[in-house]
Amino acid sequence: MSVLFRKQMVSLALVAPLLLFLIVFFAFPLFTMMKSAVSDPVATQALPASTNALSDWDRSSSPTSEMSAAFVEDLRQINDDQLFGDLVRRLNSAKAGFRTLITKTRTAVKATAGPIDLTAVDKRWADNSYWQVIAIATSSTITDRNLLAAVDLERNSSGAIDTIPAGASANRTILIRTFTMALAVTAACILIGFPFAMIAASVEGWRRQLLLGAVLLPLWTSLLVRTAAWFILLQDTGLINSTLMFLGLTTEPVSLIFNRVGVVIAMTHVLLPFMVLPIFSVLVGIPKTLMPAAASLGAHPVRAFLAVLLPLALRGVISGSLLVFMSALGYYITPALIGGAKDQMISSVIAYYATGAANWGMAGALGLVLLVATLLLYVVYLRLSAERELKP
Amino acid sequence: MNFLRVSKIVFGSVAVFFLLAPLFAILPLAFTNSAFLNYPIPGYSTRWFEELLTAEVWRRSIINSLIIGCGTTLLATVLGTLGALGLRGTQLSPVFSFIKTVFLLPMVVPAVVLGVGMQLMFARYGLANSYLGVIIAHTVVGVPFVVVNVLTVLQGSDRRLEQAAASLGAAPYVVLGKITLPLALPGIVSGAVFAFATSLDEVVLTLFVAGPNQRTLARQMFSTIRENISPAIAAAAFLFIVGTTLIAIALNLSVRVSQRGSRQ
Repeated sequence: MSVLFRKQMVSLALVAPLLLFLIVFFAFPLFTMMKSAVSDPVATQALPASTNALSDWDRSSSPTSEMSAAFVEDLRQINDDQLFGDLVRRLNSAKAGFRTLITKTRTAVKATAGPIDLTAVDKRWADNSYWQVIAIATSSTITDRNLLAAVDLERNSSGAIDTIPAGASANRTILIRTFTMALAVTAACILIGFPFAMIAASVEGWRRQLLLGAVLLPLWTSLLVRTAAWFILLQDTGLINSTLMFLGLTTEPVSLIFNRVGVVIAMTHVLLPFMVLPIFSVLVGIPKTLMPAAASLGAHPVRAFLAVLLPLALRGVISGSLLVFMSALGYYITPALIGGAKDQMISSVIAYYATGAANWGMAGALGLVLLVATLLLYVVYLRLSAERELKP
Repeated sequence: MNFLRVSKIVFGSVAVFFLLAPLFAILPLAFTNSAFLNYPIPGYSTRWFEELLTAEVWRRSIINSLIIGCGTTLLATVLGTLGALGLRGTQLSPVFSFIKTVFLLPMVVPAVVLGVGMQLMFARYGLANSYLGVIIAHTVVGVPFVVVNVLTVLQGSDRRLEQAAASLGAAPYVVLGKITLPLALPGIVSGAVFAFATSLDEVVLTLFVAGPNQRTLARQMFSTIRENISPAIAAAAFLFIVGTTLIAIALNLSVRVSQRGSRQ
């Protein structure tokens, strides 16, 4: 017992450095991202007095004088322009018009030292709906706003979940596009990869080496190099178009780049190895005598394939499909370089929110959607491969 | 039957062509003397390699890639080898099988998602726009390859060798240094090559955590393809392919030599 215990302790000590490293630099960043999706501290931070004053308000009666006094006090206290900018962005995203309203009010408030009548500054302050937005924003430092927006939902003024009016947001379109493109790539990989793996499993010697080498070589080659190669081949004056025109199949270049076709071709090329290898490893494990046996029993080759080989190979096809689909969902580089503006997948949108718009909440919420989808697929994949190990 | 054979050959050849043609199509373009990244090649020259070595952006990015690649390889190999040593022989325990899953998870999580998290976190702790930050980010995605490679080799090796050494009175650290690590060496080396190649090819995390001073070769290639495509891409791709192949060959040779030496 003590020997076993000591061994376990030694093992634990050996895995500890990497485990700690991954907790700090892998799990924690993911946690930070998820937190940014639901955290909403700006209004509470910028408007501490209003947070207090608005917490008792029933949100339907007209705004009280304490509320406006607290709000005026808070506006006076904000000296940090970054914080003020964040506040304006937060309130304006909930209700359009806040940008001008707040900026105008702040100038007026800063100009005098004493109490001030907000409705005299702007009559919109008599409107309950502006106060409601501030009340909601200061009521909690946690929000489901971004997560709902990621799937084109929002909370209406009464707090119920509602769909965003059509045309206001494109997130659902992007999610559907991401899924259909990943599906198209997976289907293309099955169409090419399954017959390819069957051929590779049916031949031997140098032929098999060549076929497997052709799959492995791209796998070792840099993803960027492969994407650059497709860029060269697919462009309007590229090799594919000049060959087509030379053969007289077309007189004008077929547009293959900056559209869906090009992205699917390039992604299929990049992900094909992940389809071929699992199918191949299942196929070589199937006894070679099965198909002749089926034939000797009078089965037509097509029937033998459908009734014998296909069910056995299906597990490899499913494993490969899960791998390809999962990787395709999160693809960034290939669509970014080969695709046009209408072929951008969820990863590009996340990158845009994070680096372009500095909207960490939306980047985090969409990231969470992508992360959950990927991990679910990975769990299914792990289950499948674990079952295969149990049943040799 | 004959039809099946012919269609097998045709389909196989077409598929092999589809897989390999892009890789071979880009290599000759590295030697073009034209300003366009396209066929036909009007004449051959090494001007784009000169461009890579003399133009400040390219030169700087190659140096950055080497610095970051070496740092990543070192960190990932040490952490990954230790982790793999700890995981061997503990497959049955659910705690360790969970730890193994965690070790491999960075391969699965989409790079953009990890990148957003790292950018947020690194900015908070002063790691953004630093070499250390980029090395750490690359190590996270490179380390699973080291774990897998070392673990595969260790599981294939004979544990009785170590037990024999221990029973003959060798201290645990002697067993580790003289028996276990030499046995694991092929896995460690291939893991290191993978870690280096991963770092060299990493774009997405680099986009999120690196500053203008840490622009790597891959990052530079990415923006060149995006903004002003030039044959310098093909020359860089050529360096990529030749570089990784040479490193892999050299390291494999050194493993063989050292193993032959230890056997004698």
